[in-house]
Amino acid sequence: MQNRKILFWLILFITLISVVIDLPKNLPVKFSVGKIKVDTTISGSNIDFSLGSMQIKRELEIKQGLDLSGGTHLVFQADMNGVAENDRQSAIEAVRNNIERRVNFFGISEPTVQTSKVNNEYRLIVELPGVKDVNQAIDLIGQTAQLMFYEQKEASPAAGFIPTDLTGKDLKSSIVKFDQNSGQPIVGLEFSADGAKKFADITTRNVKKIVAIYLDQAPISMPTVDEAITSGQAVIRGNFTLETAKQLSTLLNAGALPVPIKIIEQRNVGATLGQESVQKSVRAGMVGLLMVAGFMWAYYGKLGFLADLALIIYGLITLALYKLIPVTLTLPGIAGFILSIGMAVDSNILIFERMKEETRAGCHWKRAMELGFGRAWDSIRDANICTLITCFILFNPFNWNFLNVSGMIRGFALTLGLGIFISLFTGIVVTRTLLRVLYHGKEDLK
Amino acid sequence: MINFMKFKWLYFLLSAIVLVPGIISLLLFGLKPSIDFTGGSLLEYRFDQKVDQSKIESVLKDKKINYSSIQLSGENTYLIRAASLDAQMGTVIKTALEEQLKQTPQEFRFENVGPILGQELLIKTFMAILLAAGFIMSYVGYAFKNLRFGICAILAMFHDSFVMLGIFSLLGHFAGVEVDTLFVTAMMTILSFSVHDTVVVYDRIRESQKKMPGVSLVDLINKAVTETMSRSLNNSLTIIFMLLALFLLGGDTVKWFTFALLIGTISGTYSSTFTAAPLLVIWDIIEKRGKGKG
Repeated sequence: MQNRKILFWLILFITLISVVIDLPKNLPVKFSVGKIKVDTTISGSNIDFSLGSMQIKRELEIKQGLDLSGGTHLVFQADMNGVAENDRQSAIEAVRNNIERRVNFFGISEPTVQTSKVNNEYRLIVELPGVKDVNQAIDLIGQTAQLMFYEQKEASPAAGFIPTDLTGKDLKSSIVKFDQNSGQPIVGLEFSADGAKKFADITTRNVKKIVAIYLDQAPISMPTVDEAITSGQAVIRGNFTLETAKQLSTLLNAGALPVPIKIIEQRNVGATLGQESVQKSVRAGMVGLLMVAGFMWAYYGKLGFLADLALIIYGLITLALYKLIPVTLTLPGIAGFILSIGMAVDSNILIFERMKEETRAGCHWKRAMELGFGRAWDSIRDANICTLITCFILFNPFNWNFLNVSGMIRGFALTLGLGIFISLFTGIVVTRTLLRVLYHGKEDLK
Repeated sequence: MINFMKFKWLYFLLSAIVLVPGIISLLLFGLKPSIDFTGGSLLEYRFDQKVDQSKIESVLKDKKINYSSIQLSGENTYLIRAASLDAQMGTVIKTALEEQLKQTPQEFRFENVGPILGQELLIKTFMAILLAAGFIMSYVGYAFKNLRFGICAILAMFHDSFVMLGIFSLLGHFAGVEVDTLFVTAMMTILSFSVHDTVVVYDRIRESQKKMPGVSLVDLINKAVTETMSRSLNNSLTIIFMLLALFLLGGDTVKWFTFALLIGTISGTYSSTFTAAPLLVIWDIIEKRGKGKG
């Protein structure tokens, strides 16, 4: 008995926490709805929000996918003809880092740049939310990296830099090394035979001066030459952490292994279309939810009402998890969520039908209830595992090449899969606890 | 207990009435693939005021765009399908429309898919369905300690897939509905839903088998179908409520996706009771006949 009470309070607690997380930060909706008490509404949700952020230290917002927020999805194919088989993986990584750098430089919030390898083709998938000028973005990303070495114009570096004849073509590769004395990470450079000669000349005439390295006309490193280097092997020292050393090294490689890329897929979605779809889906979801809840209540009476309570808790927890994980919501994702509401009551229906049967067989309702939960479990488990298998394949968590990696489909698989786990919890644990604790009155009546 | 299995041939006949036209259509017309599979471009513009479709056509012809269709997709909104265009061409079309129609169109969508990607998606889709079917069959076979259950569940699942494919083939031919990545997703979802539903019925057979070892399989199946009927209907109803709301109110982008799910849900509910269960009976009859002869 005590355990049930604890579980009941725990469920109440989880629900409250979910409500707190679910509260919007400061939605304009709040303004229009509470026009009379604008102040209280805003400050209320603000305090709740800061509470949430203190615990989790993250902005609690539902992330919208490209199809909702508007933006551009680009796929580039890399031309690896000029790159040796062994270097291709590191070459594509270098391209990726460089593109990420350019995109960030362009001022796009939360871009994603992924690489994928299909058969023997290397690809880059770039997603840019909220981009206005797509052509400019494509031009910017599509450029082949250009690495240049610059020397000082005059004795003082303040006068600026002028280009030398040493470029990315002369650089064979760059790797992260460790200083033998201090153990600190350093960035190693290896030049081709031709490059070694050029580099020797440049370092000879620039001892104690800066030789700057530019990628796409932007400086990425400004090392000072200690002594003339004629071996074609150089290292850049600095206060590198392993992370920053790696970053510089891949940028250098982007210049050393220039890979031309060309666009093979482009999808732009205007922000209006996305917002309209969201509104429509939300409305559809509400209507559907009301129908399901009404049906459950009408068909199963008091039991159905408790199932509806569990369903509302399901919705609250799900939304809270979307914010916590965070799940990037796409249009199919919303559809997955709405579908999962329909499926969430399935365990309840299975259990209630079972209870009816046991009661018909002459069981006391209390025993029928426990039997219903126990006996329905096998089919609930086996049935849901089958859906989870499909979610797993659709989500493709290991990025298997022979399966799809579309963001839209992933969004759908993730919301559907999450929905199954949460509905198992609310459909079984929550409903059972609610029944045990709140269904008392009926026994007294009987 | 109702003797459901007495009418098993009627159920198969009903399935055939839906399946046969669909399969004939599949063979004759196939499916209407979207640019996801074929490669190509999709442009959608919204105008402030009413625009004559013929004016858009003339702009496209003027710019020598190889378009395959122009379609009204919303209020003053047009969807244009064309052979693969690059991003520059998108801007060219937009400016031309702006000049010719004296109003600034809002670019809703510009999608361009290269032909290689389309081919790959086809192979990947095939792989995904094969994998899902394989895994589910093994799991059901394992959970019910009998591969027969797994195979019959998969057969019912293919029944639903072909219902969906057939109906979308007909829709594609007569209403121009395309099959895209989302349709594939819907199919995968229905694969799992179909088995989900079948498992609930089979579970009751399994349970009764343990409790009443002497009873014949047909009776066990009849008992299980009777017991699960209202659950099956109720659960499907709740899902159908949600999908119907989404289909009617959810907007164009997911309209056919939800429609595919809707068909699948109805077919999945039907097939778990009226395909998966009778198949077990038929299997049993064939097995017994084989033994009798041998």
